[in-house]
Amino acid sequence: MEQKLSNSEKRTAYILTLPAVCLVFAIILFPIFANIWISFKEVQLKDIRIPEPRAKEIIKTIPDEQNKIKIVYKLRNSSLLQEIRNVKFEDKFSDNFKPLNLDERCNYKKNKVRCDFGNWPAKYRENFEIVFEIKDSEKIDKKDIKSSKPRLSGVSDNILLNTNFTLKNFKKVIFENEFVDLLLTTFYYTFFGTVGSIVFGILTAQMVNQKFYGRTFMRSVLLFPYVAPVVALAYTWELLLDPNSGTLNSLLVNFQILETPINLLGQKYLDINILGVSFKLRLALTTVIIFEIWRYFPLAFLFILARLQAIPKDLYEAADVDGASPFQKFFKITLPQITAVISILFMIRFIWNFNKFEDVFLLTGGASGTRTLPINVYQQGFAISDIGMGSAVSIVIVLLLLLFMFFYFKLLGKRADEN
Amino acid sequence: MKIKNLLIYSIISSFFLLSLISIWKILVTLQGLKLENFNTTIIFILGFLFSFFNVFISERLNFIFKFLFFALIFVYVDGFLISKLPIWYNIGIVFILYFFASKTKKYNSNFLNNEHSTQLILFDFLTLFGIVLFSFVILFPFYMMLVTSFKTQIALLVNPLDFSIDFNQDLKELFKSYFVIFTSYNFGKYILTSTIVSLGTVFITLIFAIPAAYAIARLNFFGKTFMSTSILIIYMFPAIVLVIPLYTVFSQLGLRNSISGLLIVYTATTLPVAIYMLQGYFKSIPKELEEAAILDKLSWFGIIIKIILPLSIPAISSVALYVFMIAWNEFLFSLMFLDNPNSFTLSRAIQYLSGDAETPRQYLMAGSVIVTLPVLFIFVYFEKYLVSGLTAGSVKG
Repeated sequence: MEQKLSNSEKRTAYILTLPAVCLVFAIILFPIFANIWISFKEVQLKDIRIPEPRAKEIIKTIPDEQNKIKIVYKLRNSSLLQEIRNVKFEDKFSDNFKPLNLDERCNYKKNKVRCDFGNWPAKYRENFEIVFEIKDSEKIDKKDIKSSKPRLSGVSDNILLNTNFTLKNFKKVIFENEFVDLLLTTFYYTFFGTVGSIVFGILTAQMVNQKFYGRTFMRSVLLFPYVAPVVALAYTWELLLDPNSGTLNSLLVNFQILETPINLLGQKYLDINILGVSFKLRLALTTVIIFEIWRYFPLAFLFILARLQAIPKDLYEAADVDGASPFQKFFKITLPQITAVISILFMIRFIWNFNKFEDVFLLTGGASGTRTLPINVYQQGFAISDIGMGSAVSIVIVLLLLLFMFFYFKLLGKRADEN
Repeated sequence: MKIKNLLIYSIISSFFLLSLISIWKILVTLQGLKLENFNTTIIFILGFLFSFFNVFISERLNFIFKFLFFALIFVYVDGFLISKLPIWYNIGIVFILYFFASKTKKYNSNFLNNEHSTQLILFDFLTLFGIVLFSFVILFPFYMMLVTSFKTQIALLVNPLDFSIDFNQDLKELFKSYFVIFTSYNFGKYILTSTIVSLGTVFITLIFAIPAAYAIARLNFFGKTFMSTSILIIYMFPAIVLVIPLYTVFSQLGLRNSISGLLIVYTATTLPVAIYMLQGYFKSIPKELEEAAILDKLSWFGIIIKIILPLSIPAISSVALYVFMIAWNEFLFSLMFLDNPNSFTLSRAIQYLSGDAETPRQYLMAGSVIVTLPVLFIFVYFEKYLVSGLTAGSVKG
């Protein structure tokens, strides 16, 4: 009896989870394997459209012959690259139609014109004509004829499914893609974005953790940048930072901090001279990182605030009795209590920032030194139209992420052992 | 009382007052008022004197009298020196002084005798300053978005530092950008598409997620732990990696430029979060209720419909709100999969608008306001339910 119950329980569980699992497999896990497959192939964006035989129907009346009508089919192969084999054609007409000059590739049976066009090479075009004789010519209506659309079918190779593999894409990614610069930019963007958002998260959480009027409102306000749509925020920032009529530049020029406006999103380097040491700051990248910190510190804020509120009050009371200063309390009590949250946050934010595409894409489009790996996937795959290269870059992203996770957990495990 | 503490406290507080008043003065100049100079020394000295004597007077004088006396002197000196400033400027000053005076109320001689009082004071004022600064830094872009959408092209070019909305003009003029994007840029249709896609995603996600979450929370089966851990891993997975294979497959299946294609992808990407949040909640429902139902020979379908659903309406609605927000905000997949303006979502439409350099920016901002408002409204209105979910990591970004 029990055995039976647990069997039916299992069956129920599989039925309940199956739809969700199938969908997630199809949309999330399958593409990862598909990426590996595509990255070893030379595929362009234009190759992935399956070639189709197409026909456009044009109806012409023949002058002086009321009872005849000419139908022209403009036939073509939609692909510029591949041939279509074994093209079949079929179109239906009403009873009172009779074809006069039927092509030898075709036959007419049961009111249907059926043709066998054979193979069409790439870019193939043909004007195919049939003249019909109609019994009651008054009744014909051009719309009626057009309403029955010709049906075409054919067989063609799918370039994605053949087994020609090559290592060319990976060679190109690593040797012809300014790969080191790409990695460095991605690393700067990810690392400083992550650290910055955590630092600001700690600051704001510490602030909001005290009692003051309007605290809940403040908490909602701090989360605004995180929940609002990226598109709106990115364009607002672009407007604020615009060199010609943007608010920030106008302010700086108005108060004579700057002499000429500065293009914060379009200038790659800024020469900075502090105490005789001059260096080049990557300006656009810095701006993008600041946007990223602005947008994502709320997540860190929320996690850290939740942790702060869970710290037992008597720890602080005991510290007060011992006469600890506020700074001592922060460094000796608060900070050790939130290290666990910070390390989780660091991992989450690092992974998500590493894959962040929208923010950089909307702000700079990857120009002026802000080309990160995800931006490169888009550029390769859709701007240069090389799907294979795009896939290869995606694979690089996945490998780097796995490497990061491996080291991160190894380090975390080591520290857990020490404690 | 320590003299050092007293001096440090007075200096810090007068710096704080100085920064508050300077911010007000900057805002005032942007509205067209001409200020000869900032009078930093005078503000500083007045603030210093007030904080200094405040410690000695403390309880001996009613707060209101103290504040009024201070405000009168301040406004008189400041206004007298700078000559005739409008009344609204001085009202602003009075409000700032009230805020400042109420914040310095608690510092009396007892407080300053405390060993760590300088650090405490520094902490307090830094917090205050931080709150002012952070609210400004966060709200300013949102405010500019709104203000710009109510401007005309000429007004934007003439004075980019005018942060006010001119309510004196005709309503039709004021909302011109909104009229234009609805009439000539077809935003009504995009709002409809976005709404359909978001609501559709919510609906389908819930249909898939509720049974799966129930199974993971309640039933024993092979691969259960694997499933619940892989949910989290899948959730961490980068969307950008999925883009190229999905693009190729969707092109070949003809799912690009279609709402159904978007629905499939959005559902799949929000499912892990939804399942994760729901199973957590289902686990907290007492098991006894279901045991009674099993004795009554209810099927699993009956259990879910009759017992689980009515009990978990709060959790389901917060998941629904999240999924709605994720789908509404989504940009990457709508950029990749939609290139026909007929099937654009709001985000994609705004991005498309900006692609044309000729598009006036007030239209862009009007679009941004339209796409932002529903999300912020949902967030502020349902804040209580949503914040706990945010900590559970439900919105990916």
